[in-house]
Amino acid sequence: MSANGKPYVREVSRYGWFLRNPRYRRYMAREVTCVFIGLHALILLVALKRLSEGREAWGAFLHNLTGPAGVVLQLVILAFAVYHSTSWFNVTPKAMPVQIGEQFLPGAVIIGAHYAAWLIATVTVLFLAGAF
Amino acid sequence: MSERIVELEVLRYNPETDSEPRYQRYSVPCMNEWVVLDALNHVKESIDPTLSYRWSCHMAVCGSCGMMINGEPKLACKAFLREYDGVIRVEPLANFPIQRDLVTVIDDFVNKLKRVKPYLIPKEAPPLEAGEFRQSPAELKRYKQYTLCINCMLCYAACPEYGLVPKFIGPAAISLAHRYNEDSRDGGREERQQEIASNEGVWECSFVGACSEVCPEHVDPAGALQQIKIKSTVDWYKEHVMPWSKK
Repeated sequence: MSANGKPYVREVSRYGWFLRNPRYRRYMAREVTCVFIGLHALILLVALKRLSEGREAWGAFLHNLTGPAGVVLQLVILAFAVYHSTSWFNVTPKAMPVQIGEQFLPGAVIIGAHYAAWLIATVTVLFLAGAF
Repeated sequence: MSERIVELEVLRYNPETDSEPRYQRYSVPCMNEWVVLDALNHVKESIDPTLSYRWSCHMAVCGSCGMMINGEPKLACKAFLREYDGVIRVEPLANFPIQRDLVTVIDDFVNKLKRVKPYLIPKEAPPLEAGEFRQSPAELKRYKQYTLCINCMLCYAACPEYGLVPKFIGPAAISLAHRYNEDSRDGGREERQQEIASNEGVWECSFVGACSEVCPEHVDPAGALQQIKIKSTVDWYKEHVMPWSKK
């Protein structure tokens, strides 16, 4: 209970609070990098639109995408997407603990399963795209 | 046993005379094996008896001496002075109003704790002759880590979400609700869901994970909250996509 005098309330800055501590900055990095996932989804949407517009539009789109600017953009997106995805993979044991009898499966196994699923998905997509 | 002078910079606030807190420096002769709480006790006994702070057990069990030490939420009884260089800044737990000096107002946490019903609500009350509630070691293991919470509130001080949105029920209270939800003898989940699956409950959490990092008892509140989110989502789908199925 409060005493005779008033308790003092310390205001929390609505902006820049995450600069206070490295663990908050790591969290923000994980969250902010989702923008690049969105950017990639946007590129896929544009691709669909160009495809529907006919051979010429599609060709121009592919030309832009495979040009230097397109490649750099995709590499940047890939780097941030990898960071975003792996930072989520690494916290999955918290959200999805697996109990077998009296023991919990080690976190590394759960994280590893996500990497394995990622690898399988990547190989499948590359296979469908005719990379092999 | 070696002795050294440790400089403590302690946030002081007297609600009767001060309009805002101020820092006060103390030079404290400390033994190598002392913790911050020992240094504060020395200040109180020999230098400045007006210094106020909470403590009780001095062995990381009671959860009373939580405070910010160099900006990190710590139990003062577990923060060894030898792990710090230079001036050690000691402040009351972040995200709570300051009552006086290092003492915070914790009513908000206590009220939230009550709201989540952190006690066993049996599915049905069996007659006394039925004997004790039995539980296998595996069933115990399922929730045991959450029983280790000592209500020290370090997780609230670490949680930026709680700092920005004080209505958030917060890590410890929700983890304790989870502790009972996961107990095979309990049947109170439905009642607790009203509180913890609400906007003020788990959905206010954005999984920063700081709560689990600072917990002195290695409880994993962040894990508990994410697990509740998943189960609540499954509930929602069952209710809306498969209304014929029981929860």
